Amino acid sequence: MRAFLCLLLIGAGACASAPSRTTTSPTPRDSAQADVGRGGTSSPNADPFPSTYVPFPSRTTVIRNVNLLTAAGPLIRNGAILLQNGKIAAVGATVSAPADALVIDGAGKYVTPGIIDDHSHLGVYAAPGGNALSDGNEATNPTTPQVWAEHSVWPQDPQFPRNLAGGVTTLQVLPGSANLIGGRSVVLKVVPGRTVQAMKFPGAKYGLKMACGENPKRVYGQRGGPSTRMGNVAGYRAAWIRAVDYRRKWDKWNADHKGDPPTRDLGLETLAEVLRGNILVHNHCYRADEMAQMIDIAHEFGYTIRSFHHGVEAYKIGDLLAKEGISASVWADWGSFKMEAMDAVKANMALIDHAGARVVVHSDDPSGSQRLNQEAAKAMEAGAEVGLPVSEDQAIKWLTINPAWALGLDDKIGSLETGKNADVVLWTGDPFSVYSKPEKVWVDGALLFDRTDPSEQWRTDFELGFVPFNRN
Amino acid sequence: MISYKLFTRSALSAVLAAMVAGTANGQTIAITGGKVYPVSGPAIENGTVIITNGRISAVGANVPIPAGARRIDATGKIVTPGFVNSSTQLGVQEIAAVNDTRDMSARGKDNIAAAFTVWEGLNPNSVMLAPARKEGVTSFVIVPTGGLVAGQAALVDLVPGTTTDMILRAPVAMVAEIGDPQSAGLASRGELIVKLRELLEDTKYFQAHRDAFDRAQTRPFAASRLDLQAMIPVVEGRLPLVVTVDRESDIDATMRIAKDYNIKLMIGGGAEAWMMADKLAAARVPVLTGAMNNIPAGFAALGQRQENAALLRKAGVQVALIGNAGGGDEEAFNVRNLKQEAGNAVSYGMTWDDALRAVTLAPAEFFGVADRVGSLQPGREGNVVVWSGDPFEFTTRAEHVFVRGREYNGKTRQDLLIERYKNLPGSHNTPPPE
Repeated sequence: MRAFLCLLLIGAGACASAPSRTTTSPTPRDSAQADVGRGGTSSPNADPFPSTYVPFPSRTTVIRNVNLLTAAGPLIRNGAILLQNGKIAAVGATVSAPADALVIDGAGKYVTPGIIDDHSHLGVYAAPGGNALSDGNEATNPTTPQVWAEHSVWPQDPQFPRNLAGGVTTLQVLPGSANLIGGRSVVLKVVPGRTVQAMKFPGAKYGLKMACGENPKRVYGQRGGPSTRMGNVAGYRAAWIRAVDYRRKWDKWNADHKGDPPTRDLGLETLAEVLRGNILVHNHCYRADEMAQMIDIAHEFGYTIRSFHHGVEAYKIGDLLAKEGISASVWADWGSFKMEAMDAVKANMALIDHAGARVVVHSDDPSGSQRLNQEAAKAMEAGAEVGLPVSEDQAIKWLTINPAWALGLDDKIGSLETGKNADVVLWTGDPFSVYSKPEKVWVDGALLFDRTDPSEQWRTDFELGFVPFNRN
Repeated sequence: MISYKLFTRSALSAVLAAMVAGTANGQTIAITGGKVYPVSGPAIENGTVIITNGRISAVGANVPIPAGARRIDATGKIVTPGFVNSSTQLGVQEIAAVNDTRDMSARGKDNIAAAFTVWEGLNPNSVMLAPARKEGVTSFVIVPTGGLVAGQAALVDLVPGTTTDMILRAPVAMVAEIGDPQSAGLASRGELIVKLRELLEDTKYFQAHRDAFDRAQTRPFAASRLDLQAMIPVVEGRLPLVVTVDRESDIDATMRIAKDYNIKLMIGGGAEAWMMADKLAAARVPVLTGAMNNIPAGFAALGQRQENAALLRKAGVQVALIGNAGGGDEEAFNVRNLKQEAGNAVSYGMTWDDALRAVTLAPAEFFGVADRVGSLQPGREGNVVVWSGDPFEFTTRAEHVFVRGREYNGKTRQDLLIERYKNLPGSHNTPPPE
């Protein structure tokens, strides 16, 4: 089981320039994208699988008398928040609401932004598992930038509704980590959908999953390589050399449209978009020394790494991550399951935060993803133990605005601020307590999970008739 | 001067360990003022726990403090027995992906390894041990894995010294795994059941016809001589059989076997055990399960839910909580997260007292060591934890951890790494701050 964890890191974000889609029918690609013309589409922001997501019906809702961890300022005690037209319309000590608004009394409860997990394999390693649903690693070549995670996502994965019940409203689904370059990620809203397009976060950038260390060399060591870490590095560099060349040819053709366009290459198209800054790099990398090498490679070819995932040794180079503006997407306490995970410490998040770098609590695990709040709580305590206390106001950022930044979506989600998407969780109590659970979860203002009302609980097609929860 | 030549190596180690621990074990400790949860009885406000010569000597509200005792003021704190994690590969698996640190499985013969004594591979110098103890786990069961019959489990205390020093009781159970025919080299779950029945039949026959076996006058058996020998206490109902099994029908089949052969059965994992809670309660079959997994991770576990442990308790089933999150090293590095499992069990319907019992006295009873650990009573081992607050809550710290009367607060490998890198750039020759 463990062999396939730790594989992830992806990126999402196909449609950097695509507008948010609010109509109910699929929108044709806009003309700038459609006009890639005459056999060529290797241009920025092509969006061949556009989001068809439409917000679910919502009603104006105000939650009063509630504690708000906003991720944008200090805790507001006994405050209120107004959700209207899918957006956060007001938040503060007091807010005025229209007379027809649904009023929820939040006494003793907490409200936070929807949790964001930037490292998930939901849909690509769907439950109940097995070979039939093992779609996360295109382990046929160490370099597969041509694959897109969304083409593996099964929207009926029963893990999706469980994730929502854990307060997670946005996920980055990544290819696994078997490959040096594993392919594109996709950013999904945790909502029911008949198609993956209906779950895609409108306007989100794609990510690119890269992986360091043990996994690629283990998978390919007996299959033509790479079989060593130095082989891994040669593999990344060879790919980027080709990508630089490809991008130059296409940029020239896009500028002058002279002659036939260069031949399209799906993989290089993705890498060229990374070089243009339209796709964000999510790099699975455990060891500090390897992260530093990946940073040098990024400098060599002129791209930036958005986040290191699984960086159990990130605390050793918190200063470097801060200087480079790279976030660390990490676990609270996983470690020692392989050699490169040996130096995991529970204070990792607190130490990284203390060094000034962005901390993201990630899961890589369908079970852990439902309790990212608990993971943060463990890390807070570990920080306090070594003299680096972390406030709840700060820790909530690890779960919301920081992963939103890692996905390039911090202008839309990740904090309770007026105008942002109404992705909101009402918790039964302090979210950093082991006894608290999400009670209600809204996505774009629509109530999609209500623990107190089983009729509001989403069940996938797969589960129908199968799981006898009515028996007890 | 004692000549070391008079001692076997293990005896010498025991003597050395006794010398090292001598003062500590001989010390009398008085933990006063805390809310004491003996688990074997009601909680005691402002209670006192006395540990003398490594064992608990008194527990109560009005206990005289022996002269010269080391006093620990636990006012405002909570005192419990040390936690018992009853499903681990702690000390027999250092790094899961490094083969020469994995000692939790046996090859066996035809996926039967009843003779396998997993604790022989326990590494008392494992760096995995101290992090568990630091968070209040003082005893754990080492459970072998793999095959149809994985081998025998042992219950050990988290004390330094040799493997011999650590063992509290071995074996405490035989372990079998049902529900995944392929991992047992078979074609279907029905064949698994047949195989298990054949093993039990052969064990009984072997037991009754030892002489004939020794003269090579018996038919071929399903298992080797050593494995059959090891199974005898199971068919005699003396050694519990823990069966790791998830699907309701597999649990049902396992219970039929247990009834047919008078086996003392325990269910491990038991994702769908809640579906037959009444029957498990009636048959007095305990269940080892967790509260942090609701993933239908296979067709045998579609009914997996976090309320499992609570529903079982409500029906009267005895439950021990184990790690079952499914992805977080709960069997080795994160054995320490047992308290989080208990907190989640409460969150999903178990009473707090039941959850505490499920990580202390319940597993001690299941594995036949309730006279040694799992509760705070005179005569029990001095396995005691003083918590800064609710032991299941994240903000709570295990402030004092005693195992067999000795307090452990040494630095873990993780503590040393943090000291080195707390102030970057960090260096091997930079003294730690403070």
